[in-house]
Amino acid sequence: MTTHAFKPDLPAPSRSIGVVGWLRVNLFSSWLNTLLTLMGLYLIWLIVPPIIDWAIIKADWSGESRDDCSREGACWVFVQTRFSQFMYGFYPAELRWRVDAAAWLAVLGAAPLFFRRMPHRVRYGIAYLLLYPLLAYWLLHGGFFGLETVPTSRWGGLMLTIVIAAVGIAGALPLGILLALGRRSDMPAIRVLCVTFIEFWRGVPLITVLFMSSVMLPLFLPEQMNLDKLMRAMLMVIFFEAAYIAEVVRGGLQAIPRGQYEAAAAMGLGYWRSMILVILPQALKMVIPGIVNTFIALFKDTSLVIIIGLFDFLNSIKRATSDPAWLGMSTEGYVFAALVYWMFCFGMSRYSIHLERTLDTGHRT
Amino acid sequence: MRTIAKSGAARGSLLRDPQARAWLFQIIAVITVVAIGWFLFHNTQANLAHRGINSGFGFLDNAAGFGISQHLIDYSESDSYGRVFWVGLLNTLLVSVIGIILATIIGFTLGVARLSPNWLIRQISTVYIEIFRNIPPLLLIFFVYFAVLSPLPGPRNSLSLWDIIFINNRSVQMPAPRAGEGFWVFWMALVLALIAIVLLNRWARARRHATGRPFPVFWISLVLFVGFPWLGSLLFGGPFLWEIPELQRFNIRGGWVVIPELVSIVLALSIYTAAFIGETVRAGIQSVSHGQTEAAASLGLRPGRVLRLVIVPQALRVIIPPLTSQYLNLAKNSSLAAAIGYPDMVSLFAGTVLNQTGQAIETMAITMSVYLAISISISLLMNWYNKRIALIER
Repeated sequence: MTTHAFKPDLPAPSRSIGVVGWLRVNLFSSWLNTLLTLMGLYLIWLIVPPIIDWAIIKADWSGESRDDCSREGACWVFVQTRFSQFMYGFYPAELRWRVDAAAWLAVLGAAPLFFRRMPHRVRYGIAYLLLYPLLAYWLLHGGFFGLETVPTSRWGGLMLTIVIAAVGIAGALPLGILLALGRRSDMPAIRVLCVTFIEFWRGVPLITVLFMSSVMLPLFLPEQMNLDKLMRAMLMVIFFEAAYIAEVVRGGLQAIPRGQYEAAAAMGLGYWRSMILVILPQALKMVIPGIVNTFIALFKDTSLVIIIGLFDFLNSIKRATSDPAWLGMSTEGYVFAALVYWMFCFGMSRYSIHLERTLDTGHRT
Repeated sequence: MRTIAKSGAARGSLLRDPQARAWLFQIIAVITVVAIGWFLFHNTQANLAHRGINSGFGFLDNAAGFGISQHLIDYSESDSYGRVFWVGLLNTLLVSVIGIILATIIGFTLGVARLSPNWLIRQISTVYIEIFRNIPPLLLIFFVYFAVLSPLPGPRNSLSLWDIIFINNRSVQMPAPRAGEGFWVFWMALVLALIAIVLLNRWARARRHATGRPFPVFWISLVLFVGFPWLGSLLFGGPFLWEIPELQRFNIRGGWVVIPELVSIVLALSIYTAAFIGETVRAGIQSVSHGQTEAAASLGLRPGRVLRLVIVPQALRVIIPPLTSQYLNLAKNSSLAAAIGYPDMVSLFAGTVLNQTGQAIETMAITMSVYLAISISISLLMNWYNKRIALIER
């Protein structure tokens, strides 16, 4: 008796597997697709080779002055010689180690927070958040414990950009959370105050807010109280961003099911304890992408301080490109600026995606 | 607050009564705000008196005495500050409107391209979006202004496109339409066509509801829209005479002069905002579940119809709210124009006028209220639209 023996499977037709199959499905599935592919290829050919040619192949990498550049491609010598100015602005050269120290402290201090299994992680984090700003102020500004004072008018470059962004987020986050809680409060007066505050700051452009910080704040404050330009700008940035953070957090608060509030109340927790222990941890986790997006927007918006004459990263590059010794370097300068801003913003957005994934405990509905 | 603390209110102490506590908190909050407001007001009064600045809006009638590089309404140096306000407002609106149109076109293209079955097109669109939404808009404006437009040759050696558009480092000059013989006939024909289209639409819808028979409304409308004005201009002469810029010895005469500040701000803002609109559009289209497409197909609708009757209406419901907030962002970002000296609301009013008159509070208040008014009216419109379009669920 013969049993039925299956013949071995035939391999898939060579046209539908491997490189050829992939190409047929993804690039040439119909005549329209083929046309689009060709147009795309043409576009790439139009844009990419000239850029590589300009930025890498024909570029000049080493030298001292403008004359060392052939000008056929990019002149990165410009960025190289002005690099420290782009980073530190007019911070006195012999004191720049203090900026570096503050930066290293920030990185090293925050590093343990990224290890999920570190003992006392929360306590350490809170201590870090409370202590680091004081330490950073001491290092950057000085004026006590033996460090020479560096007035904020000499701060500049990427360091200033990061300082504004960091202070902005550190101030805006707690204020924004309070505003969001206030907006959802049962007390009408509190609600009206919070809504007015939020809608006002969200309705005006940051530029007018910064203008306000430089021309109106001095009028509002008593004469003997003399905040410097940077402090005023930071204050305004905090208010401005807090309004945006508040709206993001409100979204999270609204998404928490009512049962959570009721359960917290049933446990005998008061308002603040139920918020801090039950509601906010869930709500904030849910809106991390929104908060990071706001932070990215804030980081990009710091470039607007140019309007009130602060020398942030973008402004120091703009100044450098108008230097007579380096005329005609705008493209190099701005491309470098774009690259730096892009790295920061893109990095943050990737990190937020990662964080969203690791924190996702499946409670999201 | 009450939902949580209402339960175990112990009688006796008033401080433990949630009702009483709520009142107390609110009174404290209001008093604090009023106190801060009074403090600021008092300081301002003292400071103003100290500096000898008179408050009030009387300065709006004074002659401005400075020139403006671009004005959509007649303006001369002897006009008042009030006139400057309108010039600035119109310039801001001009940037916003052109920017919104361009950003919408680029953004929708990007959004659709991100969902294309073609791998290459998808990647190109992703790269565009990831590059441009991670760069500050101000940087883009500077780049276009200082690195692209400034190095262009001077007026004498302008780049020309087909000898009708001239581009140089001072301006972009384009053919300008001037009223021709059939100008009025053209507009009347256009209005007539629009009325006809509206009537046709009504009739077609009524017939479809009554009999179920479709009518090619779109194509006939298009024919009406193009045909009427075309017929008019054929009979009564062309509606426009094109004034073409001419290259002369030292500069270019005539045509429509667009200042480089306008070009750079419009280009930069639309490139930037388009990246966000692209993401919005993609999310909107993806939010329509695949089952909808299949259901529509199983009803016998052709792919084009599926898109037009099923996918797009549902996707728009998701797309439009974030889209408006992008438009609003663009309008607010148009204030970045101040950084390169485009005469918009902020740079004219909060910049030049403030410096000349010293009326900081008044000028800032006017500028901010304009933006507040724009954003509040748009968000009201949005709320109304959202209510109208919201899914009515059983």
